[in-house]
Amino acid sequence: MTVSVVQFGGSNCDRDAVRALRHLGIDAERVWHEDGLPAEPDGIVLPGGFSYGDYLRAGAMAARAPVMEEVREAAESGVPVLGVCNGAQIGSESGLTPGAFTTNASARFQCEPVHLRVERADTPWTAAYDEGDTIEVPIAHGEGRFEIEADAHDELVAENRVLFRYCDETGAVTDAANPNGSTDNVAGVLGERETVAVLMPHPERATLPDVATSTDGAGMLEAFA
Amino acid sequence: MSLSEPDHELVAAELGREPTAAEAALFENLWSEHCAYRSSRPLLSAFESEGDQVVVGPGDDAAVLALPTPEAADAPAGARDADDYGDTYVTFGIESHNHPSYVDPFDGAATGVGGIVRDTMSMGAYPIALLDSLYFGGFGSEESRYLFEGVVEGISHYGNCIGVPTVGGSVAFHDGYEGNPLVNVACVGVTNEDRLVTATAEEPGNALVLVGNATGRDGLGGASFASEDLAEDAETEDRPAVQVGDPYAEKRLIECNEALVDEDLIVAARDLGAAGLGGASSELVAKGGLGASIDLEAVHQREPNMNALEILLAESQERMCYEVDPENVDRVRDLAERFDLGCSVIGEVTEGNYVCTFEGETVVDVDAEFLADGAPMNDLPSTEPAEPDHDLPDPDLEEAFEAVVSDPNAASKRWVYRQYDHEVGTRTAMKPGDDAAIVAMREAATGATPDDPEPVDDGSGDGRNEDDRHGDATGVGLALSSGANPRWTSVAPYDGARAVALENATNLAAKGALPLAAVDCLNGGNPEKPEVYGGFEAIVDGLADACAALDTPVVGGNVSLYNDSVEGPIPPTPTLAVLGTRAGYDAPPARLDGDAAEDSELLLVGHSEAALGGSAYLAAAGGSDRFPALPDDPAAIVSSLAAVARHEATLASHDVSDGGLAVALAELVDDDAGADVTLADHAAAFEETPGRIVVQTTDPEAVADLAGDLPVFRLGDVTADGTLSLSVGGESIAVDADSIRELRGVIERELA
Repeated sequence: MTVSVVQFGGSNCDRDAVRALRHLGIDAERVWHEDGLPAEPDGIVLPGGFSYGDYLRAGAMAARAPVMEEVREAAESGVPVLGVCNGAQIGSESGLTPGAFTTNASARFQCEPVHLRVERADTPWTAAYDEGDTIEVPIAHGEGRFEIEADAHDELVAENRVLFRYCDETGAVTDAANPNGSTDNVAGVLGERETVAVLMPHPERATLPDVATSTDGAGMLEAFA
Repeated sequence: MSLSEPDHELVAAELGREPTAAEAALFENLWSEHCAYRSSRPLLSAFESEGDQVVVGPGDDAAVLALPTPEAADAPAGARDADDYGDTYVTFGIESHNHPSYVDPFDGAATGVGGIVRDTMSMGAYPIALLDSLYFGGFGSEESRYLFEGVVEGISHYGNCIGVPTVGGSVAFHDGYEGNPLVNVACVGVTNEDRLVTATAEEPGNALVLVGNATGRDGLGGASFASEDLAEDAETEDRPAVQVGDPYAEKRLIECNEALVDEDLIVAARDLGAAGLGGASSELVAKGGLGASIDLEAVHQREPNMNALEILLAESQERMCYEVDPENVDRVRDLAERFDLGCSVIGEVTEGNYVCTFEGETVVDVDAEFLADGAPMNDLPSTEPAEPDHDLPDPDLEEAFEAVVSDPNAASKRWVYRQYDHEVGTRTAMKPGDDAAIVAMREAATGATPDDPEPVDDGSGDGRNEDDRHGDATGVGLALSSGANPRWTSVAPYDGARAVALENATNLAAKGALPLAAVDCLNGGNPEKPEVYGGFEAIVDGLADACAALDTPVVGGNVSLYNDSVEGPIPPTPTLAVLGTRAGYDAPPARLDGDAAEDSELLLVGHSEAALGGSAYLAAAGGSDRFPALPDDPAAIVSSLAAVARHEATLASHDVSDGGLAVALAELVDDDAGADVTLADHAAAFEETPGRIVVQTTDPEAVADLAGDLPVFRLGDVTADGTLSLSVGGESIAVDADSIRELRGVIERELA
């Protein structure tokens, strides 16, 4: 099992993702986007950063890079794909997951710890948690506000594809606990398959016990184990 | 402005002919105060810059320091020998971007970040941390707020995008910066013995290769450009004088540089900053005692019809100049292309003069060392600063407490550091908002570099290797602090600067670390005014004396003069960035532990002085006083404080600075942790003598032991009620955590 962490020009959490996965005993390597994925990828991470400098829209250019065709094919064949932060933006821009991530309600970049409520525990990404658990994972983004049309959101909720919602430390999903104005406090969603997920918070920053205040993010990365 | 008459005569005499227009412009730029430190270099010899840890000292793009091994990381630098240092190196540099940040705060500050990061790359290092020390006029002024917001946004935009965490720094507000803010940016990088590159050209015949953004007419049209050719060019005149940064290009340049270093393709490197290609290429060969032959037309350009002068001196951002063995040029081109960067072979290193040709003509032909180092030094008159009077105010305790805790200088900077990605790189163990940042240097224990990890399974049975098994292998914690307190240096430039050094070192000590080295950014007003130069001289001497007494070599720096506006000169501002080490990354926070309230005590460790000069208290209440006398054995003090902070019974540890004990105690209080403290008088509550920490400990005897000769004063009890109860003389106040947050939240509230 080797996880491919796709590095675009402007990715900057690629090394962090590799380090966090390796800490968990999961082999991982960075893959330069132009070099393409291995023939049979075992798992894929779209890491955080500012691919293509966030020019046009965050994630919009990377979503159209040739490697994303390979990512889409792998996703369709059941390979686990996790998009984090800029990777989440790329995931939604490329249609892997629904909705879009846009400018924070504060109109500023925000780097801070947040709490998430685990909405489903029966997916590979959340098997380490119980439904309703509150976990602490940091965010670091300027464009993380989840936006989706009302009908599509109803469908998303009906299909039970909301993976995490922003909440306070007691687990209550409130406006005050919503750091960026996301619709319905949504922090992370599933693709059409449960093996595809994106989220704005950074699980790789909540994995290494020597620096992180919380290691609650490790559970998500263990999906690749 | 053009080359001054005396300089012109000197150049003409050396060349034996009139300089060409391009040469005159090169000399004008490279011999400017900004590049040649003509008014400050005579003073800078005061700094001691040597030590076993210093691999590359002042004079290169950034200093390079060897990290101690984890076993030696807790020892004072003075107690180590050469064997205590390992193969992991860090680079350290600092730069000012003051004037550009006034003209255009967003782009000025952003390109300041870009420049210091490229200085890091030129040493073959990967940038891992940024610190920003920012100074603005009074927080009440609308212009100050506009500049503050723009500068923070610029740093946030650029630093976040290139993936280098901004882990610390300082923000000060003082009327003296009205019309002239300061933006001082420091950067730390990681490299090692094998990967180290310097800016000294080595071999005639090697190619000079320019990699990065195409060159345009950026940074032209300023005061330095008044040659006839340019004046006739209206298009140039319409360009803004401040360069615009492209962090996406910088990020690709960082990755490309890393790949070039990985494959050992670079002989020497210099980034393009002030004075553009002319500056970088001439300094590179001058350092090697060599020359160059450069074809200016070979430079990849973004605009048509650029002339020789423009190509030589444009300050387009995100460019590096490399010396490359001719055999490796094709591979360098391939890697530049991989990262979508422009690349041009512009000439070669020679044994002769520094020669540039353009359209078949020789436009520059001068001795490189004369160009880079030949500027004559200024000898300016100075007058000594005056001593302040003693005239103390008499505010009531509540009024004084509220004023200092809500002073934007002492208040929470969360509004600032929340906008900085301070966690990217997953090294930030101690985050902003505490006394010092701690950055995890795991490679100091394992020797692995980020791009060259060991095989994941080292056969030891758990499917992992030493590097991936964090926590089992204890690396070196790199502690970082930067800043200067303009109130101190306004009242007492010499002692204020000494206090700045001790204060930064104490920030490290409060987290259990000891200084390894420092870099400084010396900011002053117009040096031609004797009283301004006198103040500047005093901060240089004060900083140099204090760093020597701290056993902390000053390994690099930057000088920025002429920070003078219609409002007058800025306060002399000696920003010091100090880098220190400790074993491991786990330090006591600047926050009380309410769960241990019953079993612990609150102690003040260090000498106090009943002198309020330069304090936030006097700034709020008016009046004047002498500046506190400082201890003359700061190395021993810092070493004792660090030992106290590292002790296992120390649950919380916090440096005392801006606002004195009153502010330090307020910052320690949390919802479920308070303090009940009694002090003798207002001076005890509000004086700001550096070299003191407040600790919460379950073992006061151990603290007394470790403190050695330092006084240990019992402040009072830790409580679990989340309230600071403070008795001073006969007065008492009780302030709960919410009220403290409200007072400390002034910046966030005003700029929401």
